[in-house]
Amino acid sequence: MCETCGCTITAGNAHLAGEAHGASPRATVEVFQDLLIANDRVAQHNREHFDEHGVLSINLMSSPGAGKTTLLEATILALRDRYRIAVIEGDLETDNDATRIRAHGVPAVQITTGTACHLDAHLVHQALHDLPLAGLDLLFIENVGNLVCPASFDLGQHRNVVLLCTTEGDDKPAKYPVMFRAADLVVLSKADLLGILEDFDPARAEAALRALGREAPMIRAAARRAPALESWLAWLEQELAAHRAALCEPEPSSRGATVAA
Amino acid sequence: MHELSVCQALLQEVAKIATNHGASAVGRVTVEVGLLSGVEPELLSRAFEIARLGTCAARASLVVKALEITVRCADCGAESRAEPNCLLCAACGGYRTRVVEGDELRLRAVELEIPEAQAVPEAQAVPAT
Repeated sequence: MCETCGCTITAGNAHLAGEAHGASPRATVEVFQDLLIANDRVAQHNREHFDEHGVLSINLMSSPGAGKTTLLEATILALRDRYRIAVIEGDLETDNDATRIRAHGVPAVQITTGTACHLDAHLVHQALHDLPLAGLDLLFIENVGNLVCPASFDLGQHRNVVLLCTTEGDDKPAKYPVMFRAADLVVLSKADLLGILEDFDPARAEAALRALGREAPMIRAAARRAPALESWLAWLEQELAAHRAALCEPEPSSRGATVAA
Repeated sequence: MHELSVCQALLQEVAKIATNHGASAVGRVTVEVGLLSGVEPELLSRAFEIARLGTCAARASLVVKALEITVRCADCGAESRAEPNCLLCAACGGYRTRVVEGDELRLRAVELEIPEAQAVPEAQAVPAT
């Protein structure tokens, strides 16, 4: 067990794990530092890079197969005449998803993590070397399909969007609180299947989300058969406008700085 | 969630602190882990026992303080205890709450062994002879 966290003390290796002897410590240094600070510093650097170019960056997360890439394809088709979009794709293996995105005439960079089950700020930073941001409006970062780990790693994104698929259980927000708590928006994907999947109760899913103390809206989307994307597209446009307005606001210290004659 | 990589990040920070203070060894490392942090205290402790080997903290012990979740309600102002998947206000049942404690993952304190000759805090200069 514990292959994912990498450690097990066994009879074979116990002798390697030294015990703390009765050393007399000379000083205790009080610290107050986030353990993920190294990642957070790079994430902040990424965010500043996005802000220099006025790009709204969105971290798209979900379990595998919930429909992230298909949603992005439908989004590109709907918005590409009005907004310039780019995508960073994250998967353990293959560049299938980046290839799908590029087929729609949109730049996409694929990160293949090998075995890492989430993207981190450093990987995104490296991907940005191959993705000029000048002139872009929207950057989607499609995270590795995983409802656990991606939630904890800041990539420098401005918004987190979590897909909850109608083919999953409507109690997923209760089962994966860390992920759903991180969401600025929850998209109920493959919503066109609700009529067939009688066990999925959207009200129950929304109640589970509210129980996480989140005001994040839950909206429905269908990206393939009978596309229904109005709420999703409206949210994107609204967030882009709000983000750009916030970037244009002068710093409080510079307001009212006119010198009296 | 990645307790081993969290330990590696932890030990990098501990090593920096030890170097900055001229420490020869690390005695005890204290971390605070919130119940909403995505890290399991038990797994973190077990990962630490292996991750510390070969570092300046090779004989250090890890103290993990698990932090319960406390939320503050935007509607009624009350602070109350909460569970990872039920963060509603215990006073009014409202969902417009903010976590004030419980999602931390932080290094809190490091005990250092500093050899006599190097026990010079930054503020104290070695007097000229």
